Amino acid sequence: MRAFGQPTSPGARGAALGLVVLAAGVVATYALPGRLFAIGQVVAWLVAAAGLTILVGQSGQLSLGQAGFMATGAYAAALTQNALYAAGFTVSPPSGASGRFGASAAPTAAPWTLPVALLAGAAVAAAVGALLGLAAVRMRGAYLAGATLAFGLIVTPVTAVVDGLGGEQGLRVHVPRAPDPLGTAVGEGRVRVWVALVAAALVLAVLVAAVRGRWGRTLRAARDDEAAAALVGIPVARVRLAAFVVSAATAGLGGGLYVYLTGTVLPGYFGLTTSLFLLVAVVIGGAGRLVGVIGGTLFVVAVPIVTTEVMAAVNASPALQARLAGNAPLALLGLCLVLVTLARPGGRLAWLRRQVGVRRGARVGSPGVHGPGRDGTGGKPPTRHVPE
Amino acid sequence: MTRFLFLTIDGLAMGAVYATFALSLVLIWRAARIVNFAQAAISVAAVDVAWVVGSRVGGWWLGLLLAPLVGALLGVLMQRFTMRRLGPERHLDAIIVAIGVAMVVQAGLGMVFGLQYRPLPAPVSQTVLTVGGVPTLSPYKLVVLGAAALLGVGLALLFSRTALGLRLRASALAPEVARLLGVEVDRMTTLAWGLAAGVGAFAALLVLPTGPGLHPTAMDGVFITAFTAAVLGGLDSPVGAVVGGFAVGLVLNYVTGYTDEPNLAPIALLGLLLAVLLVRPNGVFAGPTIRRA
Amino acid sequence: MRAPIRAAALVAATALVAACSPTNQPSPEPYVPPRGVAETEIRLGTHQPLTGPASSYSRVALAMKAYFDHVNAHGGVHGRQIVLLIKDDGYNPATTQTVVRELVEQDEVFAIVGGLGTPTHSAVLDYLKEEQVPDLFVASGAGSWNQPARYPGTFGFQTDYTTEGKIVGHYLAEESAGETVCAFHQDDDFGREFVAGVEAGLGTPVALRQSYITSNTNVAPQVQAMQSAGCTVVVLATLPSFTAQVLRTADQLSFRPQFIASTAGSDYATVGAILGVDKALLEGLISTGYLPIATHPDDPWIALFQRILDEYGDGGEVDNNVVVGMSIAYLTVQVLQRAGREITVDGLITAIEEGEFRGPGLVPFAFSPTSHAGYSGGRMSKVTNGEQNYFGPAYVTDAGSAPVTEYTEPAAVPPPDGIPTP
Repeated sequence: MRAFGQPTSPGARGAALGLVVLAAGVVATYALPGRLFAIGQVVAWLVAAAGLTILVGQSGQLSLGQAGFMATGAYAAALTQNALYAAGFTVSPPSGASGRFGASAAPTAAPWTLPVALLAGAAVAAAVGALLGLAAVRMRGAYLAGATLAFGLIVTPVTAVVDGLGGEQGLRVHVPRAPDPLGTAVGEGRVRVWVALVAAALVLAVLVAAVRGRWGRTLRAARDDEAAAALVGIPVARVRLAAFVVSAATAGLGGGLYVYLTGTVLPGYFGLTTSLFLLVAVVIGGAGRLVGVIGGTLFVVAVPIVTTEVMAAVNASPALQARLAGNAPLALLGLCLVLVTLARPGGRLAWLRRQVGVRRGARVGSPGVHGPGRDGTGGKPPTRHVPE
Repeated sequence: MTRFLFLTIDGLAMGAVYATFALSLVLIWRAARIVNFAQAAISVAAVDVAWVVGSRVGGWWLGLLLAPLVGALLGVLMQRFTMRRLGPERHLDAIIVAIGVAMVVQAGLGMVFGLQYRPLPAPVSQTVLTVGGVPTLSPYKLVVLGAAALLGVGLALLFSRTALGLRLRASALAPEVARLLGVEVDRMTTLAWGLAAGVGAFAALLVLPTGPGLHPTAMDGVFITAFTAAVLGGLDSPVGAVVGGFAVGLVLNYVTGYTDEPNLAPIALLGLLLAVLLVRPNGVFAGPTIRRA
Repeated sequence: MRAPIRAAALVAATALVAACSPTNQPSPEPYVPPRGVAETEIRLGTHQPLTGPASSYSRVALAMKAYFDHVNAHGGVHGRQIVLLIKDDGYNPATTQTVVRELVEQDEVFAIVGGLGTPTHSAVLDYLKEEQVPDLFVASGAGSWNQPARYPGTFGFQTDYTTEGKIVGHYLAEESAGETVCAFHQDDDFGREFVAGVEAGLGTPVALRQSYITSNTNVAPQVQAMQSAGCTVVVLATLPSFTAQVLRTADQLSFRPQFIASTAGSDYATVGAILGVDKALLEGLISTGYLPIATHPDDPWIALFQRILDEYGDGGEVDNNVVVGMSIAYLTVQVLQRAGREITVDGLITAIEEGEFRGPGLVPFAFSPTSHAGYSGGRMSKVTNGEQNYFGPAYVTDAGSAPVTEYTEPAAVPPPDGIPTP
């Protein structure tokens, strides 16, 4: 039994969160079998949003172009996957196609090509993040936002201008199909979501451990007062760059996961709308909060689905339906955003956490027992530490 | 040479629109440290409402009077009902709320007016006048330039010469001190939002007759380009917004015109932005940076 | 309980015998309706841009549903009511992924019909193939829907951009010798495929190519370049809003070449509505088409569509979107009829590949076991005195190297109640 007052190690907390997410996700794939793709999308976006919440909340850098890094990783992963496939690293396909569709069953990529492609995606995104970051670390607040916005906007133009990226119709990607015992028992769609869940669990575990440890303290110190941090010997520019690269890497991984889930890559997946939705997920969950961003991502994926279904249930005449019902989900989503953000200071989940934190503090005793490190990550509304 | 002159003149005319819209973004930034993501939607809504009247009586010229008024009203409403509840420090939340407002407004416009493009005719001819063999500007683009210039001068005078302008600036830069001196800071902030939204609507009315027409998403492209221009020039600097707007208009035209590959234009803009911000992280016309705790 | 056991044994024995018997004596298997097919209904799904940047196409869905409602009121097809589930994807391929999966996995549709948009539908081609869902009559002119080996269940509907471009190029080669032909196109696959077709039909590259992207509506640089180059004919691969932009800008620069527009951007009603008071700029515009022109209320097909729209639609006027939507629905009913009461996925595909479906189209479909392309050609049209009319013969060709040939069969007349006769 742990000694009274000793905090759990960052690594343990990270592992715990990762396991919880993995378990909850697996359960969800059985509880909501009709929503497998939506779950997968939540997971892929969660990976990207997790890095973004670190960047925005812990490091104080506002990025409006996270989808641009998702695209970078996605295309790198897609090209790697296709290159490996073309080089012959294939296995025979699992059974399943029949009738007219059976005639087109071709060999599938070897399973090990998937992690290679995903890692390539994350690595290339990290490299591009480093390049952009070298410029970005000198920028603050809305200027950084503008630069990252401009970066996110070049995704579609680049795919149009550079040969081999497939333009607006994108590329078909030869992702591996689940090998037979697993695939037939569990279902191809479910296997893909599970792979994404494992990746997300790992990313969350690592990020939680890092944020609750020394790296997190360094980030927050550089965020809160650059001059003081520099005096203490923290290389502020390098710290900011590291956060930028980490965020880009997670985005690249998220993009690669999305490619795996869909078997395709298109520039339209990674537009300004995606960047903004990721930011919404971050803020709704409380910027900097890794537990919160899970809820935030669920929110941005679920609300459009729910509002559409609510409107579909409302039976209106065709004329009315076309104009009203077509636009209503968008209006409802916007209304949700406004109300949720206005209603709770600091974001919905940060408020909940403060409630839990207050109770826990009251139970265990005086705050001094826990030490400065633990308290630095809890309690205070994150929006006080606002990027300039 | 003809081509260069044409691209330059045409680029400056578009630049005037970007400059005006960028000004509206700078106005809100100076007042509230927020980039108003709902500016595009509100501008279109204001022009839509003004045109409901203007298409029946008064035409575009009446719209020139009505649209900024409606825009100002919408800006004030937005500030009163949403932004004011957030308080001065919740900048991220303000961005999210603005995005939400933009969605609601665009969806509402779609419901009320439909999703087809509706023409918005210009008040004077749009035939390009040729001077010495060089195509220059149409009478309408001259009106655009003139109106934008008048607006710029008017705003400059307002801020530098009038008591109201002084109060607005004080509320933006040093709200606590201004309050101590008896300035109603809250009211000034609301006024700033109204003014900015009115300027945005003004810019929309200028540019929409040159495009396919009225549509809920019609100002999205201008917003993004104007935001880039404002960042380029320095979000704290109205002069920067204007220079940035013209610069962006020129860059877009030169890249599109000389490379025959319009997809390079957004890439060129990114390059320009990065190049400028590398050297001047707060934009070209950066003033001294004031850091807030 | 011996009777059930005996019955079961009998069934088992029969099954055993059936399994072992030589295949030249096929034993009739009981018909198992596939997903989406029930006793009294058949469920179809579609993804459409009801909101977002392509929302001007939003009436296609409405028109499809109205036509199916009309057919349902007359008893449906083979005694089944056609249920059409329409989902909005906002012209965003990520949303298309979500809604198409909902249609297949939750709403359990039998087939996807008339999926609209090139980037949006490209996103779900592989998914629909993996799930073995028939993917019928994609509402886009890209050539990607015609890949029978790779996507056996996907079928096109529109005349694809390359085919259409070849017809335009052929027309130019015959009628406009000595002209300087230039092209102004959207900077994506639509534009490039169309211009490639034009150059193939013309036999030579165009003198100058200029392009645009949808995020920038100022096309003055491109138009001025064409003016300086002395273009006398400009081929347009543009969306309706950009057709309007280029016509206006050219007029403002006093540049008056002969414009020839792809059918995607030349619908008289749509572009005319955008132009407003400048509608006269459409005068003389040449284009192509393969369906009846929406502004001809006396055309028997348009009259039929208007009646159906009045009764089951939004009571508005028939425009190009309505014509496309109802034509897709008409063809869908035809293939469902031919596939029979005991419809299966494979059976449906075979039925479509038999081809020979006559309807509102001016040219035949190219459906065959080796081609899943839709309409195979078109006719030239021109705007004269404010009216858009076809002229000359219809032409057919393909996206490959087939020559452009005339098609002289007269157009089909709609059946009296508007429901195809099987």
